[in-house]
Amino acid sequence: MTVNIPVFMDNHSTTQADPRVVDAMIPYFTEKFGNAASRNHAFGWEAEAAVDHAREQIADVIGGSGREIVFTSGATESDNLAIRGAAEFYKQRGNHIITVQTEHKAVLDTCKKLEREGYDVTYLNPAKDGLVTPEDVVGAMTDQTILVTIMLANNEIGVVQPIEAIGHAIKKRNPKVIFHSDIVQAVGKIPVDVEKMRLDMASLSAHKMYGPKGIGALWVRRRPRVRIAPMIHGGGHERGMRSGTLNVPLIVGFGVAAMLAKTDMKEEAERMKALRDRLYDKITSELDEVYVNGSMEHRLPGSLNISFAFVEGESLLMAMKDIAVSSGSACTSASLEPSYVLRALGIGEELAHTSIRYGIGRFNTVEEIDYTADVTVRSVRWLRELSPLWEMHKEGVDLTKIEWTNTH
Amino acid sequence: MAYSKEVIQHYENPLNVGSMNKEDPKVGTGLVGAPQCGDVMKLQIKINDDGIIEDAKFKTFGCGSAIASSSLATEWVKGRSIDEAMAITNTEIVEGLSLPPVKIHCSVLAEDAIKAAITDYKEKQSKQQDNSVAQ
Repeated sequence: MTVNIPVFMDNHSTTQADPRVVDAMIPYFTEKFGNAASRNHAFGWEAEAAVDHAREQIADVIGGSGREIVFTSGATESDNLAIRGAAEFYKQRGNHIITVQTEHKAVLDTCKKLEREGYDVTYLNPAKDGLVTPEDVVGAMTDQTILVTIMLANNEIGVVQPIEAIGHAIKKRNPKVIFHSDIVQAVGKIPVDVEKMRLDMASLSAHKMYGPKGIGALWVRRRPRVRIAPMIHGGGHERGMRSGTLNVPLIVGFGVAAMLAKTDMKEEAERMKALRDRLYDKITSELDEVYVNGSMEHRLPGSLNISFAFVEGESLLMAMKDIAVSSGSACTSASLEPSYVLRALGIGEELAHTSIRYGIGRFNTVEEIDYTADVTVRSVRWLRELSPLWEMHKEGVDLTKIEWTNTH
Repeated sequence: MAYSKEVIQHYENPLNVGSMNKEDPKVGTGLVGAPQCGDVMKLQIKINDDGIIEDAKFKTFGCGSAIASSSLATEWVKGRSIDEAMAITNTEIVEGLSLPPVKIHCSVLAEDAIKAAITDYKEKQSKQQDNSVAQ
């Protein structure tokens, strides 16, 4: 079987909408175009029924109720709404928030904004494997703590936090503390149960699970009731938590994507893991000085983040131009800083510059994995031939002993 | 980021990749940058008895623009005198490769590498002269 290039292996950034999702959406652009808030005619009722069905499908994947789903424009908005909304609503109780250094920027930047507004934020430092423990979290809790927000699976290194144990520990210490999790990367890949995890809020995004872009959700617990202050004011949609006319076609697509994520998850996760392990085995059997970033044990099935020592990430992406992956190299970021996630793990900047993230998804094939492994190995070998660091390493020079110029 | 066709050309077919004997008194070696910054260039020049750079080699750890900058730098120094090579500026490299502003530091590093290689050569030469005077 031939491989169609370019190969998409960046499924943490986004995913291809499943054709079944797109088919379900189309009628809601044309003949079923009603406004779900129109309470007095058939067009509105039809749209509302479709939306409510989608709520059930989405809630079903995470063990919640459809009435607890608040639709948003995506997980960035969901994270903002959860954190800002809870911080504002519960400010009488305290001003302390706990999160982790490796969270998505939607969480970190929102927390930084709250710090400027007078809140105290603790950014927990994960261990070298990327994980935090329940003890880390509870140890940071004070009588001022109102909110803990910790992602379930990391978007860059794929590690899965022990959210269930953390949830129990938080609630044991103080059941009033709100526990939020960005579960975007985990839904449809590993089992999620908001009850078992003792969550109060969870952020979801459709386009990370083979649904359309531009639609997400915040699951907000009803019993016991969790309150948040709205960020967007208007017609009082979504129980007053998020005003704005619902985007019915995207919501319908989100619902179908969730339904497929639930029915296909077990089989798909096994297939993803087999592909991921195949990629890992092929790369590590051909190359030395290769380091996996983050826990290999507590990891999403389709996720692999590797540092190829002595080869800079952006040049590697350029050599692998027929494969869509991403890098933690500074040169690939707008800030010109290497990945803050890898740095939080204590990975040296020289290795952070050499990292590649592979995100294997539903539509990847064995042939694509083999092709990706071959191109990776060939590219790394070629760039190492070009690398003065590789040459020095081979000569036995200790690179840490060199006085480098231009160390900024 | 989209790369210029000049960068892609040099990146895909880099000129003068390799290493020369850094103990050779006719060879000057410049090693600039730092692994922590994501850029390290090693640029070497070989100077003949007429003071002309007859050969140049490089190895670079860095992005495509850094590799292209060092490839172009080695190509430009060949056949020039030391003073002519010293006169090469990073802005010429920026123009030669159509580098975007965010990649200007790659051209600066290439200019630094040329100058470091020449400095190394000159130091070797003056040491040799000192040695011969002492003898």
